[in-house]
Amino acid sequence: MNGVEQGRLPTSVGGRVHSWDLSTGVDGPGTRFVLFTSGCPLRCLYCQNPDTWHMRDGRAVGVDEVMARIESCRPFLAASGGGVTISGGEPLLQPVFTGEVLRRCKELGLHTALDTSGNLGARADDALLNATDLVLLDIKSFDSRAYRKLTSGALAPTLRFARRLDALGKRVWVRYVLVPGWTDAEADVDGLASFAAGLDCVERVDVLPFHKLGAGKYEALGLPFPLRDTPTPDVPLVQRVREQFRAHGLRAD
Amino acid sequence: MTVVTESAADPAAGAWHGFAGQGWRERIDVRNFIQANVTPYQGDASFLAGPTERTRAVWSSVTALFPEERRKGILDVDTATPSTITSHRPGWIDRDRELIVGLQTDAPLKRAIMPNGGLRMVENGLRAYGYEPDPFVTKVFGTYRKTHNDGVFDAYTPAMRRARKAGIITGLPDSYGRGRIIGDYRRVALYGVDRLIEAKRAERARLDGVPSDEAVIRDREELAEQVRALEELTRMAAGYGCDVSRPAATAHEAVQWLYLGYLAAVKEQNGAAMSLGRTSTFLDVYLERDLAEGRIDEVRAQELIDDFVIKLRIVRFLRTPEYDELFSGDPTWVTESIGGIGTDGRPLVTRTSFRFLRTLYNLGPAPEPNLTVLWSPALPEGFKRYCAEVSIDTSSIQYESDDLMRPRTGDDTAIACCVSAMTVGKQMQFFGARVNLAKALLYAINGGRDELTGEQIAPASSPLTGEYLDYEELRAAYDRMLDWLAGTYVDALNVIHYMHDKYAYERLEMALHDHPVRRTMACGVAGLSVAADSLSAVKHARVKVIRDESGLAVDYEVEGDYPAYGNNDDRADSIASGLVTSFMAKVRRHPAYRGAEHTQSVLTITSNVVYGKHTGNTPDGRRAGAPFAPGANPMNGRDRHGMAASALSVAKLPYDQALDGISLTSTVTPDGLGRSRADRVTNLVGLLDGYMASGGFHMNVNVLDRATLEDAMEHPEKYPDLTIRVSGYAVNFVRLTRNQQRDVISRTFHGAV
Repeated sequence: MNGVEQGRLPTSVGGRVHSWDLSTGVDGPGTRFVLFTSGCPLRCLYCQNPDTWHMRDGRAVGVDEVMARIESCRPFLAASGGGVTISGGEPLLQPVFTGEVLRRCKELGLHTALDTSGNLGARADDALLNATDLVLLDIKSFDSRAYRKLTSGALAPTLRFARRLDALGKRVWVRYVLVPGWTDAEADVDGLASFAAGLDCVERVDVLPFHKLGAGKYEALGLPFPLRDTPTPDVPLVQRVREQFRAHGLRAD
Repeated sequence: MTVVTESAADPAAGAWHGFAGQGWRERIDVRNFIQANVTPYQGDASFLAGPTERTRAVWSSVTALFPEERRKGILDVDTATPSTITSHRPGWIDRDRELIVGLQTDAPLKRAIMPNGGLRMVENGLRAYGYEPDPFVTKVFGTYRKTHNDGVFDAYTPAMRRARKAGIITGLPDSYGRGRIIGDYRRVALYGVDRLIEAKRAERARLDGVPSDEAVIRDREELAEQVRALEELTRMAAGYGCDVSRPAATAHEAVQWLYLGYLAAVKEQNGAAMSLGRTSTFLDVYLERDLAEGRIDEVRAQELIDDFVIKLRIVRFLRTPEYDELFSGDPTWVTESIGGIGTDGRPLVTRTSFRFLRTLYNLGPAPEPNLTVLWSPALPEGFKRYCAEVSIDTSSIQYESDDLMRPRTGDDTAIACCVSAMTVGKQMQFFGARVNLAKALLYAINGGRDELTGEQIAPASSPLTGEYLDYEELRAAYDRMLDWLAGTYVDALNVIHYMHDKYAYERLEMALHDHPVRRTMACGVAGLSVAADSLSAVKHARVKVIRDESGLAVDYEVEGDYPAYGNNDDRADSIASGLVTSFMAKVRRHPAYRGAEHTQSVLTITSNVVYGKHTGNTPDGRRAGAPFAPGANPMNGRDRHGMAASALSVAKLPYDQALDGISLTSTVTPDGLGRSRADRVTNLVGLLDGYMASGGFHMNVNVLDRATLEDAMEHPEKYPDLTIRVSGYAVNFVRLTRNQQRDVISRTFHGAV
């Protein structure tokens, strides 16, 4: 048909996905088709989606099937000022699949977002990032020891990825889950705020209050929910943390 | 109020000075007047004015009466005087301070009786609230004057009665006013009544040379009645010191004249929905002229609209508690259609479009008037954002797709009731309530027997006897059952509307229409999502039938998963669309009274609760008695991919096969729209744009927390104004029955997690 068509990967490219949703106002701008991929290298204590940890638990789908579903919502997504967000799990655990979906979405003229912890940022090649309009970068803590305790992973790859995004001039929204006793220390928040403020690419910071609505999933999977007894943050605490980000000149909601 | 009278001899020199255009001067044509004089407004809401002390004082005299009304059910009623345009002496709220005057009776919230529709309805209504029917009224309407209700039951067949009693055809307007007719009340202001009478006489004269067959005789008599009603309007208005025989000369008079026209209609008819039309941009022309000439300022302009809206909020009818239970509270559907785009591409949004929405702040949120925005992605950004803000703050607006209506009914379309589009002054409908599609499916399984009583309601056919339901077999049986239902339904509607025209004709409302008028026969369906999911379950999972000792199928066991309507999944959505299309085709096969064009709605308002109560277990797994989803909504909790996915399924229903409207009610938590207020506004605008761009017709938007509703159930006194949208209509939450409140709370809330 045309050059783009010929350059496309074979349609056999597929991935493992958990589910899809149409959501508004939480996974990037406007109303978005959100594809939740399966599999994640981290084990965050507050994770609300333990059912997305293992790739093997996901459903095998081809890119064409995903794209057909997205196509059926395209007029809605376009008119609502929204687009497509790939979330997870960790989408960069399946970089070929994720990259192909993003690229095909760009071909359709849709706005694209990638929701990632950045832990596997090195697996995102420039082509994948070229097809990504916005990165929702989850920085789970700014203290590397706390980060490891909280996620079982390392903080450094995420920060490296953030700097790379900045160098590429990608738009980034930082997401920060606020967990009392874990991520609410003033110094840590200030550290992250100062880091984020130093990156031109960061447009806003979303402070997400920790919640326990995923507890039922742990029960269903027969797993203990590690933060069962941790309180959710109260309004003044959320306000304080948002103000800390704002004090660094960042937009924080 | 005192109205300054100026010479009406030459309207162009007086009332019409400064107005542009020609066509509307030569004929009755309000649309042409609007097109020639509208000043579209592209800005934001910053120009709006708050309530004045005067407005607050008038409104609080009314709200002071609400607690007693709520406690007693009705505040007061005149049991002895059947209402006509001129039956009651003038009444006031606060004579010295009211700007717009006129009440249905001689006191605010005092109800009138309208026995033309049916004497029993009046008597039951009175007794329910502790009043004795007046013996003279009973004698007149029981002995000398036949009612609509009497006429209908003279002509109903046994089959119609059975279908009605079993609840497979329900809500029929056979004992009360049919409503859903919008008089073009703007004509009273623009032309004055004398000119309208002249035009009606000319229409009548055109029939003089036509042979007097039954249809022509009826037309002549109706036109004579219309003229009589217009003359009564002039007399009623004079009682308030207003000379509506001439055109309105100022904005104040324009609002007043228009309201008096509407008032005459609600004095004459207790219609199920007494909608106002599309008045804001018409009135804007007068307000702009007075503003430009320094006669009023913005504060006064807003006061006039606020006062008008106060009057619209206190329209009351005497109805029975059963009726109110069906439709939640005390609905009147004073629907006002706002916004939209002209066929020439100019937006019909004016400053007065904003002023109407502003009343929800100046007077607080309220279900009436039923503010309806004719939405298009092409509306001015400032207006779209203001609408979204008002929705987020008050949950009091509904939205309908201007882009779907404009090509079909033009750019002077207004909504009657909830979702019924009609060209103002040129089109009316015969309101037909709805049939229960879910119950019909059970009848198909049971060979026409009712699943609750075992009675034979539809003609006997062979029941399905397999252990498991077979999709093809069920489809064929359902198809035959719907053939029978469509025929019985249209037949019953023909009887009803023949008698309504004969015994309870809407003289005044029809006087504000052109002759001849375009008529539609507005059929409707309920239980669409239950029927679609049931068929999907049979097709995609396995459904085992449980029968009682008489062989009646009374329950079902679903084995396996099935795709449910409401997830943007064609496997289920195409079943729902197919049902809409096929039932419309069946309805069309039966000629309608007076040559009306058949249409259909997918709308229940709040009657989804009562329909559910009267329908047994269904093959989708729904339990007997459980509410249906309202309107075209997917079933509660089965839409699992978010509000937009749910809306996309509804958007697939073909509007051309449901031209009387397709209703979707969405409830979203504030967090479900975004983190900041600005984001929420942007995202709600985006949702509406996205839904309409995908072919969606109607959306009610509630922005609410479940916790708020739960608290309101426990402490109604804290939430007198809490308004929520339900299937095409807004209601006061604390006035819902406990069952309806539970239904609303159990509905899918789309929130952020």
